[in-house]
Amino acid sequence: MQTTTVVIGAGHAGLAMSHRLTERSIDHVVLERGEVADSWRTQRWPSLRLLTPNWQTRLPGYHYAGGDPDGFMPAAEVVATLGSYARHIGAPVRTATTVHTVRAASPGFEIQAGDDLLRAQAVVLATGACNQPVIPGHASALPPSITTLSPLIYRDSDQLPDGGVLIVGASATGVQLASEIHRSGRPVTLAVGEHVRLPRSYRGRDIFWWLEATGLLAERYDEIDDIIRARHLPSPQLTGTHETTMTDLNSLTSQGVRIVGRLGRIVDGLAQFSGSLPNICALADLKMNRFLNRADEWATTSGLDGELPPPHRFAPTYVDPRTPLELDLTSGEITTVLWATGFRPDHAWLDIPVKDRTGRIRHDGGVVTGAPGLYILGLPVLRTRASTYIHGASADSDALASHLVSFLSSRCR
Amino acid sequence: MTITDSPVDNGVNVQALLDARTALSDAPEAAEFTWRASCTWRNGTHSRSTVDGFTGLGGEQQHRATYEFDVDHPECFASEDNGATPVEYVLVGLAGCLTAGVASVAQLRGIQLRSVTATIEGQMNILGILGADPDVRNGFDSITVRFAIDADASREDLEALIAQSQKRSAVFDVVANPTKVLVELA
Repeated sequence: MQTTTVVIGAGHAGLAMSHRLTERSIDHVVLERGEVADSWRTQRWPSLRLLTPNWQTRLPGYHYAGGDPDGFMPAAEVVATLGSYARHIGAPVRTATTVHTVRAASPGFEIQAGDDLLRAQAVVLATGACNQPVIPGHASALPPSITTLSPLIYRDSDQLPDGGVLIVGASATGVQLASEIHRSGRPVTLAVGEHVRLPRSYRGRDIFWWLEATGLLAERYDEIDDIIRARHLPSPQLTGTHETTMTDLNSLTSQGVRIVGRLGRIVDGLAQFSGSLPNICALADLKMNRFLNRADEWATTSGLDGELPPPHRFAPTYVDPRTPLELDLTSGEITTVLWATGFRPDHAWLDIPVKDRTGRIRHDGGVVTGAPGLYILGLPVLRTRASTYIHGASADSDALASHLVSFLSSRCR
Repeated sequence: MTITDSPVDNGVNVQALLDARTALSDAPEAAEFTWRASCTWRNGTHSRSTVDGFTGLGGEQQHRATYEFDVDHPECFASEDNGATPVEYVLVGLAGCLTAGVASVAQLRGIQLRSVTATIEGQMNILGILGADPDVRNGFDSITVRFAIDADASREDLEALIAQSQKRSAVFDVVANPTKVLVELA
């Protein structure tokens, strides 16, 4: 089968791109291994809610019109929203179609999908940023009695054996699951490396309102000082709820969660944690306060100080001076280790030499390097800091679709 | 960055570091370094360590000179005190690494330093190394570093400076995190 453009993945990014291509009358098909929003159906725990408020869930041709603009969508509602979005824009989605390989053909690309071989002049990769858990090498040194799992297969705490749980990683995933699992009566120890601390709301406004209003989310990938760092930043310690202002380490400590340093290694059943915890926490506090300073300055410049509550600062992160550096994983105290150590995309099926030595695709704002006609969408800080979040796909898909159109017209000449 | 009449100069060639980062990202094998020292026993607890060369940037490299370090224990340990103790060299390494980091990060951030002094202390119960109490570890219980910095910057900027220097410090990482150590007979 021949088509002009193949989009791989019918999540928010692939669907946004489909809409942009339709707008530009580009013939295309969206290939989807399962159903629309498959990762949200099959790889997210049900209590997970978007970190971004409903009003911010904007896609080309869609904005939230429900009754709770300041609320946060649970996973099931994300699935429903993307499903109705796909219908609304008439996206040509082929569900239950797994892509096995994408390779270069001359001209264009050859896509083996299900039992079909497709040919296309352009391919857009929109298969997501969180296909595989990143699990550190020392996982293999865990005692065999320990149950291990990644957030991709976690559903709820009933799935875990009784006993203590060591959660490794303190991004949004790590802190949310630490709180939820600790509440289930399983005492949680949280191993904390570099993290991003932010309040859910500040001066009466949601933090994402501030991130957008101050222009931070609009910062472009080619203007950010250290793009490697920006793209590898853990997700902020937030939960999609208004019940608490903070899901930070202080709130977990007061909940009874034990905070320890970054997991360094496991030797003879003994987990060893880094002594860098105080600095890791100081870095996160400094970074949060730098943003709050920026927010306050912006509010003053914008003349909003009169209508917003006054500025304030949050207590520094408390680090217990008796924080243990070791934990015996053979004592029976810990029965489960949950790896909240991040995710990475899976592009194993992409048979085109565009990956760096770590397997990541080289690209310039989503235009894949060294393979004209190949695009990627839906990755953290792809084109702006907003790219990390659902609404970022709106501007990103617009820019890449325009690039794609000029690529196609250059080939026709 | 602040714009001042005279450019900030802490004597750190930041451009060279940034260029190295770019160049080595494209040639990862050149980024593999091996640092070396050799140590010869003199007498008693006295030894002399020598540092002259290292491997990196795809080849063998030489220091400008050969550096020698006398290592001994103090007289109260019934030794001759021909040099600093090994654990003090660890403190020297950590303080030197963090201070280099402070200077580099300050340069990068446009902060002119006038003086930087680090005071470093390692707390240790020597019942551990004496084998007198199995519950006491051999190494430091904790290490504290106190930086006194005179510079054109706010206290918050200086806090960020020392936080970043820890984050990028090799010796801080070696001290704070487990490292595989193999000691064998030649």
